[in-house]
Amino acid sequence: MLRTILKRVLQAIPVLFVVITVTFILTRLIPGDPALTMLGPQATAQAVDALRERLGLNLPLWQQFIDYILGVFQGDFGWSTSYNTDVMPLILSRLPATLSITLTALVIAVIIGIPIGVESALKQNTWFDYVFMVLALVGVSMPIFWLGLMLVLTFSVNLGLLPSMGMGSMANGIGDVISHMVLPVFCLATIPTSTIARISRSSMLDTIGSDYIKSLRSRGIRETAVIWKHAFKNALPPIVTVLGMQLASAFTGAILTESIFSWPGIGTLIVNAVNSRDYSLIQGTVLFTAVVFVVVNLIVDIVYTLINPRVSYEGGGQD
Amino acid sequence: MAENHEHLLEVRDLKTYFHTSAGVSRAVDGVSFTLDRGKTLGIVGESGSGKSVTASSVIRLLPKTGKIEQGSITFDGRDMTTISDKELLAIRGSDIAMIYQDPMTSLDPVFKVGNQMVELILSHEKMSKAEARKLAVEMLRRVGIPEPERRMDSYPYELSGGMCQRVIIAMSMCCHPKIIIADEPTTALDVTVQSQVLDLLKELQDTFGTSILLITHNLGIVWKMADDVMVMYAGRTVEHASTEELYANPLHPYTWGLLDSMPKLSDNADEDLKTIPGVPPDLRLTGACCNFCNRCPYATEICEREVPETREVAPGHFVACHLQDGKGSLKRGEVRR
Amino acid sequence: MAEHTPQTRGALSVEAQIEMVKRERRANSAWHKLSRNKMAVVGLVIVAIMVFMAVFAPLISPQDPNFVDMTKAFLPPGAEGHVFGTDNYGRDLLSRIIYGARISIFVAVGGTVFGAVAGVLIGLVAGFFGGIVDSVIMRIADGLMSFPFVLLALILMTILGQGTFNVILAIGIGNVPYFARLVRGQVHIVKNEEYCNAERVLGASPSRILFTHILPNAISPIIVYFTLNVASAIISEAALSFLGMGIQPPTASWGNILSGGRTCLRTSPHIATVSGIFILLTVLGFNLLGDGIRDVFDPKQKR
Repeated sequence: MLRTILKRVLQAIPVLFVVITVTFILTRLIPGDPALTMLGPQATAQAVDALRERLGLNLPLWQQFIDYILGVFQGDFGWSTSYNTDVMPLILSRLPATLSITLTALVIAVIIGIPIGVESALKQNTWFDYVFMVLALVGVSMPIFWLGLMLVLTFSVNLGLLPSMGMGSMANGIGDVISHMVLPVFCLATIPTSTIARISRSSMLDTIGSDYIKSLRSRGIRETAVIWKHAFKNALPPIVTVLGMQLASAFTGAILTESIFSWPGIGTLIVNAVNSRDYSLIQGTVLFTAVVFVVVNLIVDIVYTLINPRVSYEGGGQD
Repeated sequence: MAENHEHLLEVRDLKTYFHTSAGVSRAVDGVSFTLDRGKTLGIVGESGSGKSVTASSVIRLLPKTGKIEQGSITFDGRDMTTISDKELLAIRGSDIAMIYQDPMTSLDPVFKVGNQMVELILSHEKMSKAEARKLAVEMLRRVGIPEPERRMDSYPYELSGGMCQRVIIAMSMCCHPKIIIADEPTTALDVTVQSQVLDLLKELQDTFGTSILLITHNLGIVWKMADDVMVMYAGRTVEHASTEELYANPLHPYTWGLLDSMPKLSDNADEDLKTIPGVPPDLRLTGACCNFCNRCPYATEICEREVPETREVAPGHFVACHLQDGKGSLKRGEVRR
Repeated sequence: MAEHTPQTRGALSVEAQIEMVKRERRANSAWHKLSRNKMAVVGLVIVAIMVFMAVFAPLISPQDPNFVDMTKAFLPPGAEGHVFGTDNYGRDLLSRIIYGARISIFVAVGGTVFGAVAGVLIGLVAGFFGGIVDSVIMRIADGLMSFPFVLLALILMTILGQGTFNVILAIGIGNVPYFARLVRGQVHIVKNEEYCNAERVLGASPSRILFTHILPNAISPIIVYFTLNVASAIISEAALSFLGMGIQPPTASWGNILSGGRTCLRTSPHIATVSGIFILLTVLGFNLLGDGIRDVFDPKQKR
């Protein structure tokens, strides 16, 4: 089992290298001169040249790449021109806001999605199954930026129940914080909840049909234990995989959701960076989200190995 | 509980149908048999003959589409078709234990063998976890598993097929069942392991006085293990007799077919194994004639028209065939004019 | 079904069985399986309606989608013959939705086709040659898949600049690694099957094996993934346009209609509402269809 985990960790290293390289190439491909963008159109040619010199932009590309990699490993992501601060601390300062809604959304997705999926599998082809699976399908098809607008329209504009913008403050009490979170979290939880319900259902259907479940029933094991102890544990690996994918792609949701609700997290940071051509910040946020993705996937794979004794036995290989 | 019933298990006119979108499939269509204490009844037939469904009906463990339509299953004085789910749970795994064909898929792959045995014991017996574990180790030792304490902590995939089947047998014996239903218990095993597993079953039966309902397609296993044999074809019993009687005097053409398709060591090497030509009928279309008529070399016009009655041709020897109507009975090997 | 005359049972049984087999074979053909799946049929109908709208937009559209009449700005649905009302320039919303279908579906399908063609070729190469080629390609694919899709498309749009074709390109490039991974996995499965080994022993050239054996066998998961991917590409286009980096006005796309509706959400909610419903319906349609096709191709999944 340890070897499987180690192998997986080693596999992540080239992926990280690709991620770093691609980020570098992409940001260099963005048209325009960062020095010129920073100084504005009125800047003199000398000032621009001086800044280019200082930013290392006149060095050969390979040297820029090496400097960039060295910087990345020292946690130096460069200077954000639009926020006038270091990129890394800026990203870290925005992280809690993003995590607060994404993690809440995923916890809700697990708490609601799994029971619905399992129940649907047990009640296959009943009205319960049909209703929830249609709902789940609508959920996975949902353009969440539209859902966000509709939520604002209904709960903020028409009913006046919930705030539509920004983050609450603890100074105004916990109620303020929670009421600000409700709509963004609902928005962010929609797709993960639906996806987890769907995968839980199909994975449970697969295991419920297996011989060992029939066998367990023939041994007089209580049905709740057959389902929740045995069938569920066997159905878990695909659910964990999907959960990991949802966790990792939560940033996509965050970009859109935060932009709707003016939530001061990494999502709005990314959109601002792109709109203001803040090269270092684009580079920093893109790299950050991709690295988070790789690390989360790594953790998911390790969890997968731990809950599924067969993986290490079969030579550790989805790959 | 009523201890002195005539038979431990008595199945009367059992009909189990499957209701699918494609129609009603008569998987078991009127089967009766009895099983006495300490005895073994072999149910023989090819796949789709209804033998496994008969077994599943006894413990009422049928897929959602399956339903016991008619008949009674009396086990130890209780009618299995009407008892509550709670009673049923108490009987399954305790009074009636089941052994399935493929041992490798009969155990939950993500739980250790020992934990699964302890779980079984604790759901039927009032004892502590430590006692249950001790019992499990003891049973593993009884079925000849080396280093039983260590094996308790193995996952099923770490065991060989034969070893797995021993674990399952040990598991089934944990609560001293009155009946073991063994559904093709050796089919998925290596030939060398097969007879070891059968010997083990027989030994445990002698020790504990357990009855065995042995489901197989292999008449060789029946000769070795069973006191009585019931031959099933397309959901019906075609022949039912004691093992000696059936061996000496098989009367149904389908039984003959099964016998001809058995490999024998004493046979001439150049003599071909015979097979029964054709395929069993669609179970949605059975019930109006002799189900075997389209494959039977002796079929006559009446076979295609009428369901043969079951007749007792000799004491305890029942057969359902128009050829055996008591007038001009045919013997195996005889050629019809 | 089980009724039949006992008298002719013996003679009938063969014919009855042949008839039954025939009926079952017909019922098992891919098309029949799909048409029996109610959800898939609903999906197919939705997709057909949207595609019809897109193709025949000039014929069914009540008005020129870009016809501006400031005196009629922000009319609610139903007012003055505008079924869905008008937008901030007084343009007929229904006409814009119909023309928007054209752009949105074209971009989504175009992007997916681009991703599929490039991805399939790369996946075939990786899967077939294996070894170092495979490792390098797959690590790059893994790397690309680590970027949130919308973010990658967003950056690509900044690099490529605005324009409908660039949106297709951005979505297409983002899709390549997913198709490559899928196909590469399929190649690995098919490659080790007996008949492929047999062909190799008989001296068939790699390209022959690749295109006559491996690709046809990998086609059904590709079709399923393609259909489901069109659904997510529609969302991606709308998301890009929503963030102001996709299809640029005055060209109508569902995403930029929605984006425009956002600014006047409080006063004229119908613009955002209607455009979003069309996005949702179309995505739902492709998802239903994709699920249905998967059920047909993969009987294990069907329950």
